[in-house]
Amino acid sequence: MIDTITQVLVKNGLIFGFLLVGCIMLLSVWFSNAITKKKIPGVAIAILVGLGLALFGGKKGIADIPLFSGMALLGGSMLRDFTVVATAMGADLDKIKHAGLAGTIALFVGVIGSFFFGAVVAYTLGYHDAESIATIGAGACTYIVGPITGGALGASSEVIAISIAAGVVKTIITTIGTPLVAKAIKLDNPHSAVVFGGLIGTTSGVAAGLAATDPKLVPYGALTATFYTGLGCLLCPSILYFLVKILVG
Amino acid sequence: MTIYGVAFLAFCFLVGKILGNLLGDVLGFNGDIGGVGFAMIILILGHSYLQRNDMIEAPSTKGIMFWSNMYIPVIIAMAATQNVHAALSGGWVALLAGLTATAAGFYLVPVLSKIGRAPTNPNA
Repeated sequence: MIDTITQVLVKNGLIFGFLLVGCIMLLSVWFSNAITKKKIPGVAIAILVGLGLALFGGKKGIADIPLFSGMALLGGSMLRDFTVVATAMGADLDKIKHAGLAGTIALFVGVIGSFFFGAVVAYTLGYHDAESIATIGAGACTYIVGPITGGALGASSEVIAISIAAGVVKTIITTIGTPLVAKAIKLDNPHSAVVFGGLIGTTSGVAAGLAATDPKLVPYGALTATFYTGLGCLLCPSILYFLVKILVG
Repeated sequence: MTIYGVAFLAFCFLVGKILGNLLGDVLGFNGDIGGVGFAMIILILGHSYLQRNDMIEAPSTKGIMFWSNMYIPVIIAMAATQNVHAALSGGWVALLAGLTATAAGFYLVPVLSKIGRAPTNPNA
């Protein structure tokens, strides 16, 4: 009987995913209300529970366990992008226009700044060849920019793995940290959300972090974040790599 | 009908994604640059145009709103499918690189948010 039930759940993975996420949400909202007295938003707790569940799996988090494979479809990039686009219904075009310049500057500062800090850490901790430094710097942008840069520059697979890890660390810190620092960095309006999306750039982290802070801000952050990885993939293996090459010889 | 709204959303999404990929091709990067952003702008402009001309009914809009509301569950599922082990196994280099880059980003939010604000102030 257990086999039959499991089979049904695996075969209808996406639907089982709806049920699972619904249960996570229900428990998280209850926990938020009853235990934390609404001090920690239910969404933030649910996202933390999600990250905790991911520990039970490997590369694809909990979706590596066949029973929960449907979570990969529900939480995959197709539905993520589709639903994030739909959130634009709540966005105000005037506010976006108004923040356009700040958002564009934030994108460049975000990519170059992340690359810089990642590169400095790489250099300080013992990587002295331009390819490794640039790849780890690119990984500090997002976990997609890292391996693309590493691949283009012919970095070692160990360094590429580190660059992916750096990007994932960024996504997770953004997810957990955004609601905690939101007040201090005045992240409470569409204008600063546009800037935030451009500076941080990890679409998953920005969407999750803003969702846990204030869901109304999501479309504004997502709008700029969507340009970040592309910009990073353009700048890191080219101009930024050459700058590193000149600096370290 | 609900499906009209969902279909309209799908149309905006796909046009945005195609534009993002074409931009990627033009710039010599095999991927999507800003596809979601283009799609969002097309959706906002398209929906307000349809609404102004009475070409979209409330049930159709509800079809879009459904997906808009579904994004938090999707984000939770996404969190559950992250490669958390990779983050923990990358060692100090990965941890510090990711941490400093994120902290710097956080720190700069209030600084760069000043751009384009207070347009009445000539000194800004």
